[in-house]
Amino acid sequence: MQEHDLSWVRTEMTLAQRAPSREAGAFAWGRKNLFATPLNSLMTAIAIVAVAWFLPKILSWVLFDAVWTGADRTACLTTAQGGELPVGWSGACWPFVSSRFGYFMFGRYPLDERWRVILTGVIFIALLVPLLIPRVPYKGLNAVLIFGVFPVVAFILLLGGVFGLQHVETSLWGGLMVTLVLSYVGIAVSLPLGILLALGRRSRMPVVKLLSVIFIETVRGVPLVTVLFMAAFMLPLFVPPGVTFDKLLRALIGVALFASAYMAEVIRGGLQAIPRGQYEGADSLGLGYWQKMGLIVMPQALKLVIPGIVNSFISLFKDTTLVLIISMFDLLGTVKQSISGDPTWATPQTAKTGYVFAALIFWIFCFGMSRYSMFMERRLDTGHRR
Amino acid sequence: MAIENAVSDQDRDVDRSKMHISDTEVAVDIKGMHKWYGDFHVLRDINLKVMRGERIVICGPSGSGKSTLIRCINRLEEHQKGQIIVDGTELTDDLKKIDVVRRDVGMVFQHFNLFPHLTILENCTLAPIWVRKTPRKQAEETAMHFLRRVKIPEQANKYPGQLSGGQQQRVAIARSLCMNPRIMLFDEPTSALDPEMIKEVLDTMVGLAEEGMTMLCVTHEMGFARKVANRVIFMDQGQIVEQNTPAEFFNDPKHERTKLFLSQILH
Repeated sequence: MQEHDLSWVRTEMTLAQRAPSREAGAFAWGRKNLFATPLNSLMTAIAIVAVAWFLPKILSWVLFDAVWTGADRTACLTTAQGGELPVGWSGACWPFVSSRFGYFMFGRYPLDERWRVILTGVIFIALLVPLLIPRVPYKGLNAVLIFGVFPVVAFILLLGGVFGLQHVETSLWGGLMVTLVLSYVGIAVSLPLGILLALGRRSRMPVVKLLSVIFIETVRGVPLVTVLFMAAFMLPLFVPPGVTFDKLLRALIGVALFASAYMAEVIRGGLQAIPRGQYEGADSLGLGYWQKMGLIVMPQALKLVIPGIVNSFISLFKDTTLVLIISMFDLLGTVKQSISGDPTWATPQTAKTGYVFAALIFWIFCFGMSRYSMFMERRLDTGHRR
Repeated sequence: MAIENAVSDQDRDVDRSKMHISDTEVAVDIKGMHKWYGDFHVLRDINLKVMRGERIVICGPSGSGKSTLIRCINRLEEHQKGQIIVDGTELTDDLKKIDVVRRDVGMVFQHFNLFPHLTILENCTLAPIWVRKTPRKQAEETAMHFLRRVKIPEQANKYPGQLSGGQQQRVAIARSLCMNPRIMLFDEPTSALDPEMIKEVLDTMVGLAEEGMTMLCVTHEMGFARKVANRVIFMDQGQIVEQNTPAEFFNDPKHERTKLFLSQILH
């Protein structure tokens, strides 16, 4: 017979103690994140070797071996090619970018009128920055200004034709300016339209639902290139003669509608993740449909799909380059055109330099959006812990 | 006695001075109501007249339709046959009438259904501000009044995710009260709570009963039923099988199904 006393009473409660040192600090971080398992250690080693191999080459091409000044192509040619650089040299030809910089930014927008574009840009930044910083008050007014008033101001400033401003045809617009105009309109239209389409697709009204589904599935079933082609070349066939649409406007409508269809599906994903209890909670308090959606469901759904929304924004931003195929020149278009069409700068390094420059600009914008979205996700996280 | 053991540890006596059941004023009148989910006949021939000030506990096995029944009263579920009249307004497809009823009827859910993206205070002021068009300041004062009553005014600026289950359920009760409802529905308000938190929610509900609120509670808390309810309704297979005063219901159940049910929950 086993003698075992099952009765035991704690006499003193244990106080919280500091974690052992190997669980905290830089050493522990490295052990946990870089060398946790043999495979993990191997991956760390491969990554270090890859960085050591590629980084110096990239840096020397972009910075150390690059040419920074020059008036034309001879600055970036080796002796064998008719220049002064040593044979076998390879590096970026930055004077190409600086000499064509205005074209990359504004396209063929008249030189004397470019202040208007810059002013539009400054107004946009002045409105965007306070909107993005959570601490700045008057968010409602700010949003009205940037999505309601700013488009009108920008329209007048950029296009002109009134208030003594010279009229600048949109066919002269180009470069980063076109990229940003397309992206701004695409984003500003696709988010609200996407929300409405997503709600429409989940609506109980059969007609609304059917129309939403038809729109979304049609647009999603067609490549953007086709939509742009349709907007540019087919649309004029369907409108009465004499009515002309601006080509940029047609591209804007095409891009915005295309982005809306994708946005709608992203937002629908968020809507489906909201538990039924949230709808019932809102219903039981007597909130109407739009109050329920606007105050309860949509804020939570949008928060859940921030990564998806920003993903759509980023791909929209990059998809704007496709307007090249309807002979509009966005940032990439102007770079491409300068590479192939400008004999002053025809060197073996020109193409690489131009594309690296374009890539860098695109990356800065996309990375900025990505980081900001992560910041917002953390900020809005009030804990779906139950 | 088995039944005595089941009475949970509600230590204080219930103050009955303000509990008054009206003889004439009908709060909810359900006549010959049926409901189907597709082909499944979930509620069958429900007849229930609730007078103003009544405190009714509805119990029954799971799937007996008790939750569905009280969810019909504020039209979270639609009935297909018969009539439901709440405070003189008949529930039909008319959205305006549904809104009128919902403004008058508060509901507390098993899983609280607080809005996780809003603070406790915002949860409580949202409906008064947007539905009743109460000025913000006044809505906040009312909200703080009810948060004090459920004993968590200090949590007003936290988010629901930061509160315990019992605290969240008390917020849910306060949120309903902020709309100044004349009828309160409780759908298993303590079923999702840890045992330590059940009492704080039940105490809040007892307090509400003491002030004369008309209440319909789906619950398995038989102690609460004994102390607070004036009527206990037992449901099975979508129909009301038996109803009686708590004393009669627990001590002398008539229907075989009721006896079986009571013997199983009051072990």
